[in-house]
Amino acid sequence: MDNTIAATIVFFLASTIRQATPLLLAATGGLYSERAGVINIALEGLMLAGAFTAAAVTHYTGNPYVGLLAGVLAGVGVALIHAVACIEFKADQVVSGTAINILMIGVPAVVSGAAFLSSGSTPQIPKENLIPWTPVVIAFLLVPVTWYVLYKTPFGLRLRAVGEHPEAADAAGVRVKAMRYAGVLLSGALAGIGGAYLSTGQSSLFTRNMTSGRGFIALAALIFGKWRPVQTMLACILFGFTEALATQLQGVKISGDEEIPVQFIHLIPYVLTIVVLAGFVGHSRAPRALGIPYQKER
Amino acid sequence: MRLFRELIFPLIAVAAAFVIGGLVVLLIGEDPIQTYRLLIGSALSWPDGIGYTLFYATPLIFTGLAVAVAFRCGLLNIGAEGQLYVAAFACAWVAIKLGGTQVDVFGTNVDYSWASLPAVVLVPLAVLAAVGAGALWGAIPGFLKARFGSHEVINTIMLNFIAVALVSYFTQYHFKVQGDPILQTVPIGEAAHIPRLGQLVPGLPERIPLNVAFLLAILACALVYVFLWRTRWGYEIRATGANPTAAEYGGISTRKQIVLAMAVSGGLAGMVGINEVLGYRYRFYDNFSDNYGYTGIAVALLGRNHPVGVIFSALLFGMLQRGSIHVDAFTENVSKDLVQILQAIVILFVACEAFFRGTFGRFGLLRRSKI
Repeated sequence: MDNTIAATIVFFLASTIRQATPLLLAATGGLYSERAGVINIALEGLMLAGAFTAAAVTHYTGNPYVGLLAGVLAGVGVALIHAVACIEFKADQVVSGTAINILMIGVPAVVSGAAFLSSGSTPQIPKENLIPWTPVVIAFLLVPVTWYVLYKTPFGLRLRAVGEHPEAADAAGVRVKAMRYAGVLLSGALAGIGGAYLSTGQSSLFTRNMTSGRGFIALAALIFGKWRPVQTMLACILFGFTEALATQLQGVKISGDEEIPVQFIHLIPYVLTIVVLAGFVGHSRAPRALGIPYQKER
Repeated sequence: MRLFRELIFPLIAVAAAFVIGGLVVLLIGEDPIQTYRLLIGSALSWPDGIGYTLFYATPLIFTGLAVAVAFRCGLLNIGAEGQLYVAAFACAWVAIKLGGTQVDVFGTNVDYSWASLPAVVLVPLAVLAAVGAGALWGAIPGFLKARFGSHEVINTIMLNFIAVALVSYFTQYHFKVQGDPILQTVPIGEAAHIPRLGQLVPGLPERIPLNVAFLLAILACALVYVFLWRTRWGYEIRATGANPTAAEYGGISTRKQIVLAMAVSGGLAGMVGINEVLGYRYRFYDNFSDNYGYTGIAVALLGRNHPVGVIFSALLFGMLQRGSIHVDAFTENVSKDLVQILQAIVILFVACEAFFRGTFGRFGLLRRSKI
């Protein structure tokens, strides 16, 4: 009896970690972008780019690590569009992010339609070519690394400075644009890993819209975690836990024929984010210059 | 000259989208000219092409208007998607409960309704339910922003997911016919059906789902124009969007305007439910929206947040949607998702416009400082 309980707990923990991993990767990516002052609601699209590319490249090369790298590059490539629009052309960052998300529904579908004759999915990858744990390790190792980079290195100080007060940073000789590019491209790379994990770690192929809102939950976790690395990780674990719980309780019947409505469990991250944002549970303060394009004074 | 200045950038954006989309088609190994000919030809044929183009444009006019009204107040409503789901469900709920819906379930007659009202009462009530529910769902992020200063973009995104989950829950557990493999509610009462234009226009077959909601959409454009430019409320909304600080000094309560603008925006988005439930499927169908809410952002931006512009850009996107189905079917390799790419490029180009015009924050878009 004790053994089954222990086994259930272990299984549940593993499931939580697996669900938290893609969220954590994308949220940590978003953290770099938003601490530099660029809103990133494109995380969903960046993950899709990584997921599709990783699955397609793994299918062709048979090597998931090459696939992972390709996923990272795809994430960076798509993030570059967002970066150029927001930093060079001073586009509204939310609008640009929305465009990226729409673009990344279209591109994988069109490419897979031409390459694999199925609009939306890649061929199945054999089990031995999957990477079920590497991205998990990367995700959780990145938390202390990000903390260190952000608070203990000159790079991190500059990144935070351009997100809080770009004019002052500029006056102190920090290259505002370069730092913002770095932030956005890093978010592309990390969200790309998160996406790659979905298609070549958690499952074994890319399917249409397979992120199903994880990019937005990651964004929610970032806000819930107050734009700080460790708190963001805790938020991701909490949201991963609710996902694991919802999956576990799917179709479970209580008192005869009544199923547990798992829809409500799925809602927890979204409701919590609204509550936190309204300031009911401590105040979540965004980087001061978030969303404002930087215009050098002449 | 002024009109030319207004039009030039949207035209460039559309042209750029077609050129880049054409390159994508070329890369896939198909003929772009042939693809576009198919796309546009099939969307403009009479009666099917035009009928369906107008049908697909209808929800986009509503969501485009919704986004435009919020934009004019300096708000970005990415929540039209959630607002239209809540509204469509509310609309179906009224049309079932008061429409005398009875369904035969394995030989027993199950009555889902409370009453069976005649069309003259039922249709206005169902329409009101759609508009009211959308307005309410839209007013929530408006209120949260006005009261707590929390950013409408994040809240509308979160409320979209909440809306989808809630209506899906009610559909699945309370309004689905037992054993129905499709996640949809029971049908609405027949008295709630609104006429298809095929019944009114000679030569237009009735099988085309284009219905009077399209006329309502055009009417809504006129009303939004009057509201924004001919009423005090509209003036105050635009003043808030143009310069909130100045508006406050001028004695306008910007907080009130934010809630009002979001409620009007949500109500407009909610009208999608009228087209979908009362005019097309005659029931609530889970996941019916083909990203109408998000496409509304493209429609509004391309239409310069003006009702007339919204009509034209909704027609363009409706045309693309209709044509893409043909392209999907009649080319070997081009998927209908090409349209998503075109749409994204249009949005990206229009988003970069302010840079070229040197007029940041014309609609208060770039003034939003907090997230």
